[in-house]
Amino acid sequence: MIAKDSRVITHTIQSATTTVIGIGNEFRGDDGLGLRVAREIASRKLHGVRVAEAESDGASLMRIWEGVDRVLLVDAMKLGFPPGTVHRIDASRNRIPIKFFTYSSHAFGVGQAIEMARELHQLPPSLIIYGMEGDQFDFGTELSLPLERNIHVLNGMIVSELNNWMEQ
Amino acid sequence: MKNRTIKVDQLARVEGEGALLIKIADGKVTDVKLNIFEPPRFFEAFLRGRKYSEAPDITARICGICPVAYQMSSVHAMEDAFGVEVGGQLRALRRLLYCGEWIESHVLHIYMLHAPDFLGYEDALLLAKDHPELVERALKMKKIGNEIVSTLGGREIHPVNVKVGGFYRVPQKSELTVLLERLRWGRDQAIATARLTAGFEFPDFEIDYEFVSLRHPDEYPFNGGRIVSSSGLDIAIKEYEFHFEERHVEHSNALHGFEKGKGAYCVGPLARFNLNYDQLPLIAQQVSSDIGLKLPMRNPFKSIIVRGIETIFAFEEAIRIIEQYEPPEKPAVEILPMAGIGFGASEAPRGTLYHRYRVGDDGLIRDAKIVPPTSQNQPTIENDLREFVSARIDMPREELTLRCEQAVRNYDPCISCATHFLKLEIEET
Repeated sequence: MIAKDSRVITHTIQSATTTVIGIGNEFRGDDGLGLRVAREIASRKLHGVRVAEAESDGASLMRIWEGVDRVLLVDAMKLGFPPGTVHRIDASRNRIPIKFFTYSSHAFGVGQAIEMARELHQLPPSLIIYGMEGDQFDFGTELSLPLERNIHVLNGMIVSELNNWMEQ
Repeated sequence: MKNRTIKVDQLARVEGEGALLIKIADGKVTDVKLNIFEPPRFFEAFLRGRKYSEAPDITARICGICPVAYQMSSVHAMEDAFGVEVGGQLRALRRLLYCGEWIESHVLHIYMLHAPDFLGYEDALLLAKDHPELVERALKMKKIGNEIVSTLGGREIHPVNVKVGGFYRVPQKSELTVLLERLRWGRDQAIATARLTAGFEFPDFEIDYEFVSLRHPDEYPFNGGRIVSSSGLDIAIKEYEFHFEERHVEHSNALHGFEKGKGAYCVGPLARFNLNYDQLPLIAQQVSSDIGLKLPMRNPFKSIIVRGIETIFAFEEAIRIIEQYEPPEKPAVEILPMAGIGFGASEAPRGTLYHRYRVGDDGLIRDAKIVPPTSQNQPTIENDLREFVSARIDMPREELTLRCEQAVRNYDPCISCATHFLKLEIEET
């Protein structure tokens, strides 16, 4: 596609593969979680796994997972549990409440994209969402302490899920 | 007489969050408060002490919907500070990048956020159940905008290929010409979009706005030019703060923009269209005329049609730029940072986005000022609501509330990096 420059990150998403999409904004405190996890997973260079970073713009997510069989989304969440709590949702089997992604800053966000894709029969056959309960989403580049402490748990669960997929 | 307060707790289909409260006493609107959060202030503090070259990437994070606008206004301001002008194909590529962002943003707003109001659906998901073809068209059109941004910007979401002076890398012609066929398809769809929206029903509602936008002698405005208004203002971008100011208002964290000595003003599609109609490409003018648009457009609900017209322009302009493109010898003009103040403005999808930076001789940012379109439009949104509700005092509460939400969405208010929801209240007392 473009550029050999180290500043330029390209994500060429091809069809029929496994894709991890980390969602977030690295300047919004705990909202940076999805991106942190995506980079950690990318650094492991797992065979057959593509990693993408995304904002919570729903239409772009639909574009990224187009033609992809297995998608694993990672995002910060705010569902009223203690900060650092890990959530796992099988979105290919369960409807996602539109207001689920409380901290999506987009009017057409993650939840809307999933349900719209379901309606238009564009949902990946497997779509698993991993989330971690966030604490503060104010301006800043650091994750709060409970998330820093638990991020290895989330990473471990994701890697294990990916390994299971790869073995299938 | 009737006393009411209209109140909507979570205003859906706007980017970000806040609250709106309308109070009616003795049959008159006594109070309209749009309360939104405006995070760019934090970014301004964050920019202090950062290198001049970091401004485009940092400010791009302010808004996930319009990162290109932030990048463009910031590079223009920095280049102004250093006495550098970027022209020729580099400038054309910047305009091309802007085309991508306008396509993405306008198509999203027209179909996913605003059309449900006109077609009687609660949201785009319900619209998709009855009219999947409309939503599929929107997603395909938006995808083409995204392809422009990712080809030029270097990645899917936040473009990182833009720098002060130009780009880190410029594309080969073949990388752009592959987009042409889809762009031509998109242009046809944009024409269909403008025609579709022109057939919607619109409330009978007009306001004699003070429209403000950039105006360039040769182009429909994206980047640079002069700031003009419908009352005859015609100033250089660096004079912006002599004529416009932001004020704190008690009910909102956001600053409200006012034109000094005049009051509220309106930026965005309607303003650009009215002040720059002559610069639209022929095809966009032709469609405007076919569907009966007449200058000046003063019905804010019809901004959805103008977004359609501007989408035709964005596709047409992208095609023109790519057809005329020859890769420049260097991807960027050389920059020698020096102490100074720079001013930049560009036309974000929602309106004029103003940046001002003071940079030290070490190339570090001393201070920054960013005025986003939504804060400029806020007093105008409140005025619209006051006028709109005043003429419809006896409208059933539920319908009036829906219409008020729709009136807010006329402006596609973007508080995208805010972390809470917009709450709209119309309260009865």
